Amino acid sequence: MNLQEAKFEYLLRLGDSSLIIGHRLSEWCGHGPILEEDIALINIALDFVGNASALLTYAAQVEGKGRTEDDLAYLRSEREYRNLLLTEQPNGDYAVTIARQFLYDVYTFFLYEELKTSKDETIAAIAVKSHKEITYHLRHTTEWMYRLGDGTEESHKRMQTALNDLWMYTPDLFDMNEVDAILINEGIAVDLNKVKEAWEKRVREVISEAKLEIPAANIKQKGSREGRHSEHLGFLLAEMQYIPRSYPNANW
Amino acid sequence: MEESKQLEQFEAKIAAGQKIEPKDWMPEAYRKQLIRMMSQHAHSEIVGMLPEGNWITRAPSLRRKAILLAKVQDEGGHGLYLYSAAETLGIDRKELLEQLHSGKAKYSSIFNYPTLTWADIGAIGWLVDGAAIMNQTALARGSYGPYSRAMVRICKEESFHNRQGYEIMMHLAQGTPEQKEMAQDAFNRWWWPSIMMLGPSDDQSPNSEQLMRWKVKMESNDAIRERFIDRTVPQADFIGLKVPDPAMKFNEKTGHYEHGPINWEEFFEVIKGNGVCNAIRLKARVEADKKGQWVREAATAYAAKQAKEKAMA
Ligand SMILES: [Fe+2]
Ligand SMILES: [Fe+2]
Ligand SMILES: [Fe+2]
Repeated sequence: MNLQEAKFEYLLRLGDSSLIIGHRLSEWCGHGPILEEDIALINIALDFVGNASALLTYAAQVEGKGRTEDDLAYLRSEREYRNLLLTEQPNGDYAVTIARQFLYDVYTFFLYEELKTSKDETIAAIAVKSHKEITYHLRHTTEWMYRLGDGTEESHKRMQTALNDLWMYTPDLFDMNEVDAILINEGIAVDLNKVKEAWEKRVREVISEAKLEIPAANIKQKGSREGRHSEHLGFLLAEMQYIPRSYPNANW
Repeated sequence: MEESKQLEQFEAKIAAGQKIEPKDWMPEAYRKQLIRMMSQHAHSEIVGMLPEGNWITRAPSLRRKAILLAKVQDEGGHGLYLYSAAETLGIDRKELLEQLHSGKAKYSSIFNYPTLTWADIGAIGWLVDGAAIMNQTALARGSYGPYSRAMVRICKEESFHNRQGYEIMMHLAQGTPEQKEMAQDAFNRWWWPSIMMLGPSDDQSPNSEQLMRWKVKMESNDAIRERFIDRTVPQADFIGLKVPDPAMKFNEKTGHYEHGPINWEEFFEVIKGNGVCNAIRLKARVEADKKGQWVREAATAYAAKQAKEKAMA
């Protein structure tokens, strides 16, 4: 694997994760628990789509095969997607959505913080812009972690269940392979061990402040780096991609 | 002060083009009518998020997806803004929502039509937001301060909605034969409902002279409809879509388009709750509310705990 290929892979990871979690959040549209949250979720989804768009545009450019951001978003299949397993998990109840978002926001908060000083200028610029958005997202989800964790008995129970159910997808966040080795060496990517430390510390703090418990780490799911996803992704892509795939000669 | 005197002052203020503010005296009929209109408007904004929200996950490009998200976010914001404006009249959002969920309060009947293809997203922005703008620019001149200011702010965003919708339609109309067909089909389905959403014709809905004088209602339904049609028909011509009204013709003398007969029976059926999506839309709102109850309770409980801790500290 050369540098260009590694960079392409890396950009897909970042871009796909944003796209997929943004998709999940947008599924809440019109169905949120309260109007303010409906609006906030759409707003956050919009940030993710914008971020995905910037990353995939750059990925296509790095690849240099004349593909566009939309080709990458709409014409790749399940096994070619590099989003984190966590991001594709279904919305569930509001506790699941908040838990998923919180675990992901803490991750991107520390990841993009580091990427701001990436030696790749485009990645650094995208990270600077995104980090501002992520800071707001994380504040939002952290507040909801407290509200739901330390709200009522029911909300506490739901929140704990959500954390327990999603916990197995967290090792996937920190999985590294050749791509990382090449890019870390060039000062482009981040050592995820470093992110993991910061992530664990923050997640522990918030979970304990929210009167919740860290789930037991029995099952460890990984696979997104190789495009091995949960069953959910196929359905999501079928919905997301159906128009461009049904009308291959059209543009929109 | 005597009521007749207060009424006199109230009407003089309106006649002089001044706004009525929440703390000002106002006749009960004025307050009631405004609550009805503003809450109906707010409900329409949030119910309207459903048919369009349908297509966010299926938007055919990332750019279209982002634009649609931004639009639907705006609509939610309009709802929020209008509920707050309605609250200045002494009713709270919770009560207004209960009226929506029980079916007591209405929302625009247009959202009881289904969004069947991607072109419907174009048609809604172009026609539905387009018609809404016609109505809302009139309402922006209304006498109740909070409502009129809300309309000014909202109209700015509605014109972006209108443009993005028209742009989708233009793009489809210039696209492949299938895209063009999709655009024409959506136009056919949304044209009449958009025309009807501006309300019954004037002979069926005599405008209360009082509401006009109080500047609650600014223009007759037919007058607003005429402006909408005059603006929209040339836009359809420009992108090569055919207005689904064989009787539509331009009257050189008046300078206005004249439309064929409107099927008011359909309109009243949808209003009565017999449209394709009435039950589905209402159910979606009621269910969201029900599913969200434990979340709202948790937020309230947490806030109470925080307040108690703060008081003790
Ligand atoms: Fe944002
Ligand atoms: Fe609106
Ligand atoms: Fe709008």
